[in-house]
Amino acid sequence: MLESPSAGTLIDRAARSTPQMIAQSLRGLSDRAIAWTFITPTILLLLAINIFPLVWTIRLSFTSYRANRPNAPLRWLGLQHYSDLLSDPDIWHGMQVTARFVVSTVAIEALLGFGLAFLIDRKFRGHGFWTTIILIPMMLSPAVVGNFWTFLYQPQIGLFNYVIAFFGGIDPSSFQMIGDVRLAPWSIVIVDVWMWTPYVMLICLAGLRSIPDYIYEAAEVDRASSWRQFWSITLPMAMPFIMLAVLFRAIENFKMFDMVNLLTNGGPGSTTELASITLKREAFEKWTTGYSSAFAIILFVTIFGLANIYVKALNRVKQR
Amino acid sequence: MTHGTLAHSVVAPGAMSRRIAGALVILYALISMVPLVWIVLTSFKTPTDSISYPPKILFAPSLEGYVNLFTTRTRQTASFIATLPPPTTWYDRLVRSRNMVIAGPSKYVPRYLNSLVIGFGSTFLAVLLGTMTAYGFSRFKVPLKDDLLFFILSTRMMPPIAVAIPIYLMYRELGLTDTKLGMILLYTAVNVSLAVWLLKGFIDEIPREYEEAAMIDGYTRLQAFRKVVLPQAATGIAATAIFCLIFAWNEYAFAVLLTSGEAQTTPPFIPFIIGEGGQDWPAVAAGTTLFLVPIVAFTVLLRKHLLRGITFGAVRR
Repeated sequence: MLESPSAGTLIDRAARSTPQMIAQSLRGLSDRAIAWTFITPTILLLLAINIFPLVWTIRLSFTSYRANRPNAPLRWLGLQHYSDLLSDPDIWHGMQVTARFVVSTVAIEALLGFGLAFLIDRKFRGHGFWTTIILIPMMLSPAVVGNFWTFLYQPQIGLFNYVIAFFGGIDPSSFQMIGDVRLAPWSIVIVDVWMWTPYVMLICLAGLRSIPDYIYEAAEVDRASSWRQFWSITLPMAMPFIMLAVLFRAIENFKMFDMVNLLTNGGPGSTTELASITLKREAFEKWTTGYSSAFAIILFVTIFGLANIYVKALNRVKQR
Repeated sequence: MTHGTLAHSVVAPGAMSRRIAGALVILYALISMVPLVWIVLTSFKTPTDSISYPPKILFAPSLEGYVNLFTTRTRQTASFIATLPPPTTWYDRLVRSRNMVIAGPSKYVPRYLNSLVIGFGSTFLAVLLGTMTAYGFSRFKVPLKDDLLFFILSTRMMPPIAVAIPIYLMYRELGLTDTKLGMILLYTAVNVSLAVWLLKGFIDEIPREYEEAAMIDGYTRLQAFRKVVLPQAATGIAATAIFCLIFAWNEYAFAVLLTSGEAQTTPPFIPFIIGEGGQDWPAVAAGTTLFLVPIVAFTVLLRKHLLRGITFGAVRR
């Protein structure tokens, strides 16, 4: 049996420092009591740090509260904020920018990621090593890396502009990625695709590897062309995995904040102002706490719905 | 026999297609590494080299970026510098050659230490709570189990900015704003959901018979958990811990909104590494390099478990 000294001693130390009385009563616990003592601390922590604030947010969303004026008289506004939100052009703009960002990143990442996984599944020499290399960007801090991309995107001296100009045969100072209204949305898409294509690739690869060989063997016996095999076996059988990756990326990019906040901060103008950036401006720059709470609740509900679909997709994949 | 060759033709693609696939994947890998290589290269450039056109691939390496990262400097006249005693260290000499004098250490080291303290603190708590909860869910009949598990996971999906509004108000009331304890509790709450889901997957794989045998030998349920389950789950616990650590290390949204000084971590600090007239790119690159190196190391270490980590334990291979 594998003994891990670190895990063992840590728990032993925790056990030794548990007061005798508690230890005694723990030892005699029924399974049911153990289950609850093991689960309750986590639930309590989540209630304190997630649910209690959530309920507070719901309450605030009905009021005129402003966090920078905590002593101002509080007015109860009912659903006022929610109806204001629906007619606020800034909010609609933020949602549109977010939708475009989510759709374009997820589509590109799904195509590239699946393509890469399909190639890696050919099991060429050294595929393990190169897979690990490809995975590195997705583990890095989007904020810190996003900040450095502003340097790569510098007009003229930036490496990105230089390379594009070099291969495109254009003047590197003739375009700027972050400053240009037409290019700025692509500047954030490019960084997101660079970071997260590996994520989609890794899950697609698992999907491809989950397809048993005998299915292909049977298809081969039936003389199905490799084109036909791809559309009738590979794609449908990998689909639950592709969906899993796509859904998770959609959720993550729907709430995208860190990379974009440092790369463009919503600019130029508001061309890259995603919902999270709008929310940050409302909540922490304009300090319209009540109003932004209502907006936060709308985002919560959307994410909650998406998370529900995601967990269903997770369970479908798990059964495989 | 025919069956064998057929299977071979499918399972192992032809040499040619394999070579093309390999070339394309390697090309992608190399291109995707360029930004990271550029960060490391920039960190060894002088400020002038870093903004030269065309971008320099070959240059005389300099540690100026790292010196600037760790120090704050003041500009002085050459005549004033001449009156000072001769420089005693190489970095003094380097800074003075730019007509500057080192004024003191920068805030990078304290911010890095904050990242370490908050990262390890929250990881420890999240893994401790997560292991217990995962064991509870894995081995016992818990009413509303699926709903509780969904609730736990859904807390991780929430947009950080939306969560930050009430947390900001709550922390202000409790005096937890800009404290390490506040950030540790917050990251623990975010990480515990991942820890529970991942560890439940790992513990589900340990046969119940092991504990049952131990309990027949006279162990109590808790002893069996400690002496049988925990050692078996050690790899899983370590992988989970690394995932939690990476999340806390990389986190930016909460950190930028809830900390400003005392408990500020590295990610919100790096964009504010500035020199005279804008960002000091070699210093930013140096700070970024030192910040990213541990993550790259952990990624290589974790490669077998990455898939599990990013799918909350659902996909195993």
